[in-house]
Amino acid sequence: MTEVPSPITGSVWKILVENGASVGEGETLVILESMKMEIRVRCPHNGRVVEIRVKEGDSILEDDVVAIIE
Amino acid sequence: MLESVLIANRGEIARRIIRTAKLLGIETIAVYSDIDGKCLSVQEADRALGIGEAKPRDSYLNIDKIIAAARESGASAIHPGYGFLSERWEFAQRCEREGLMFIGPSSEVIRKMGDKHRSREIATGLGIPIPPGSGILNNVEEAKKWATELSFPVIFKASAGGGGIGMMKVETETAVAEAFDTATNRARSAFGDDRVYVEKYLESPHHIEIQILGDKNGNIVTFPERECSVQRRHQKVIEESPSPFATAGLRHELRQAARRLAQGIGYTNAGTVEFVVDGHRKFYFLEINARLQVEHPITEMITRIDLVEQQMRIASGESLLLREEDLEWNGWAMESRVYAEDSKNFYPSPGKIISYIEPRGDRIRVDSGYQAGDTVSQFYDPLIAKLVVWGEDRNEAMVRMQHALDSYEITGIKNNLSFLQEAFDSGLFKSGNYDTHFISKLKEERNG
Repeated sequence: MTEVPSPITGSVWKILVENGASVGEGETLVILESMKMEIRVRCPHNGRVVEIRVKEGDSILEDDVVAIIE
Repeated sequence: MLESVLIANRGEIARRIIRTAKLLGIETIAVYSDIDGKCLSVQEADRALGIGEAKPRDSYLNIDKIIAAARESGASAIHPGYGFLSERWEFAQRCEREGLMFIGPSSEVIRKMGDKHRSREIATGLGIPIPPGSGILNNVEEAKKWATELSFPVIFKASAGGGGIGMMKVETETAVAEAFDTATNRARSAFGDDRVYVEKYLESPHHIEIQILGDKNGNIVTFPERECSVQRRHQKVIEESPSPFATAGLRHELRQAARRLAQGIGYTNAGTVEFVVDGHRKFYFLEINARLQVEHPITEMITRIDLVEQQMRIASGESLLLREEDLEWNGWAMESRVYAEDSKNFYPSPGKIISYIEPRGDRIRVDSGYQAGDTVSQFYDPLIAKLVVWGEDRNEAMVRMQHALDSYEITGIKNNLSFLQEAFDSGLFKSGNYDTHFISKLKEERNG
């Protein structure tokens, strides 16, 4: 199980994968937005999405867990 | 001259406009979102009105709310600053219809030049070279076809865009779909217009721009160039004027092209004509920024002309007293943009500023929007301040900038001061021989 942290403080703009989905290394899980910049949270390794911990529109802090991958 | 001005902006640029308005005896009216109620511009303005929630579309980007605030306060003019509504022709048109003086070009000119695709056609018609590129792209297939035809690398751009937003550089065909998608999305969310086109990406270009002023009688003044090649994510970090890369010949050509364009479209008020210049000093028109530019202070430092004052005089219907042939400039000016961002990866880093001490001294100017205790919000631009210095020559300006950066203190949030120090200490910057790849080359220099 790998916790994928948010690299920034900002808000969740778009969620691109669903719980249970198979994901590949480098695939975008969630797109965050902060200070007019779009930041893609990418999957660290091949696996399956156990849980997406955020909703679109959520405010998040740097290092908050965005997703759990196994 | 106008009696009162509402500043439809926030942060350092709101304060900058208030400063000149006060010098001219114009009453100043600030507007603020819910989280900006205690900010410096609100304190410094003669009056201030709340306009809604923190999200830009509920406050600073909301035309109805800004117009209502202008009506309620009885403002005779609106200064849009840069960003937000400054280049939205609908906003300028609304001001025109409501009998409010808009401090900027006419809505017609903003509309023409704000459509980057159309501005490319206009430039071509006036004989000004543009980088090769497509028309508006309707789908991914067209994007792929054009990108391949232009040969990689290419850059996707929002037709309604500006300020680097929605631009995506692409090196390979496999990356086209995602870039087209991202550029389209960004364009839609930032500008409410998702039209995108693709241009040939010029390798190692210089990004050089010309400040212009135009009055309602057709007088145009162009200024010496600003070198803006130090960029990350297509947004500028360091600017200097003049450019160490420009020759007298190139300067003359760029000013001539800017003048031809301004005259050709009937440009009024302050604007900036942006060019890319390749290693052989061949230049191409990029776009016109129909507003006051973030880096306008370096032009003010070498010419001692207050560009905001000129904007207000032109909007009031005065003729330019300044003539290009009389325009004197001397020395060298540099600007560092101090951002709330990580120095390593340039990721934005909003948060609360704990301590904040600006450098002070002769020939040092700091245009800032924050003080200790303020929060730099995730909803707005990461720009904290602009540090501007002047020197008799380039070396003097550079040394003054290094000292000023050393005495700048910001704690509580991540910021790019250490990046700026590294940049000014680098052999690459000192040489003056740098282009838009500055940051990647700086990393190579660092890694030996």
